[in-house]
Amino acid sequence: MKRTFADLHLRPNSTDPAQMAKLARKASELGYKMVATPLPPTASAEEIRKLKAICSEVGLDFVSRADIRPRNQNDLLTLLRKLRRRFEVLCVLCETKEIARQAAKDHRVDLLCFPSLDYRKRFFDRAEAELASGGAAAFEVDIKPILVLEGPTRVRFMSTLRREVSVALEFRVPIIVSSGAIETLLLRKPRETALLASLFGLTGSEALDAVSTNPTDLVQRNREKLRPDFVAPGIRLIKKGEDC
Amino acid sequence: MQFEATDTVEEREFMDTVWGAIYKLYGEHGASLTSLAPISFDGVSKRAVLRANLTVVDNVRTAVASITSISGKASAVHVVAVSGTIKGLREKTSA
Repeated sequence: MKRTFADLHLRPNSTDPAQMAKLARKASELGYKMVATPLPPTASAEEIRKLKAICSEVGLDFVSRADIRPRNQNDLLTLLRKLRRRFEVLCVLCETKEIARQAAKDHRVDLLCFPSLDYRKRFFDRAEAELASGGAAAFEVDIKPILVLEGPTRVRFMSTLRREVSVALEFRVPIIVSSGAIETLLLRKPRETALLASLFGLTGSEALDAVSTNPTDLVQRNREKLRPDFVAPGIRLIKKGEDC
Repeated sequence: MQFEATDTVEEREFMDTVWGAIYKLYGEHGASLTSLAPISFDGVSKRAVLRANLTVVDNVRTAVASITSISGKASAVHVVAVSGTIKGLREKTSA
């Protein structure tokens, strides 16, 4: 079966729709069918509709995504409660261990992202993976640092990623590889992205899953949950009335 | 291969960049296994055909994907098609 490729982390300037259109056109040319860009939590339904329209013009399925950067656990819970039903994908930027742990065990979190390049500030260890495997969160890796870093910094970053990816695989935490591209020249074809993912220990099929099956399954599951007739996984409201 | 660049690129610059990317990721030993050689280069259509050893073709593709600049000009290189023969390559790219 033909794979549907997705890039859930395009990062155009959110105030510039022209740049988004340019990135979307390039992503479509390169073979992606589904894209997402982090929106501010305050993004309105109208803004999301506009972005969907821009993407559908070039044959892309746009996924609404919000990246949250909570200050503490309480802040995280408040933001999740507020945003879960408004966005199809919720990503938590884990900057402290406390937030990383809480995000990993919360079923409302879709993606765990560790923005720091410093291995001491990345908290994806065995404990984190164990919590994430019990929840629903996937581990997101951006390709951009591998492209832009050079020398020892890149070596250290790849080594850290290799360790994290091996832990994720051990605990069966889904891995999602995204571009993190801010401009078209940082976008790569899905198969090239998968090859770059092999630099941190993913095998051919695991890497391809990380740019196709894993992100598309996540989006499909969340879209199902956001439908008004959704009751629980596998249960849908078919008819409503007194005679039921 | 199809490359995008903010300025014109010469064949020498392109090949130096590809070799540089392979050295950086796989070292001199890795580079020696590639048997990399240019077959054709067109700076106008920004297309190049390279020959590489089949056993390490994925390493070459990975290295090529990691290129972000050619002689200081922001660039990206995409593999359009891979084939065992030039004839097969022509058929794939013209399809």
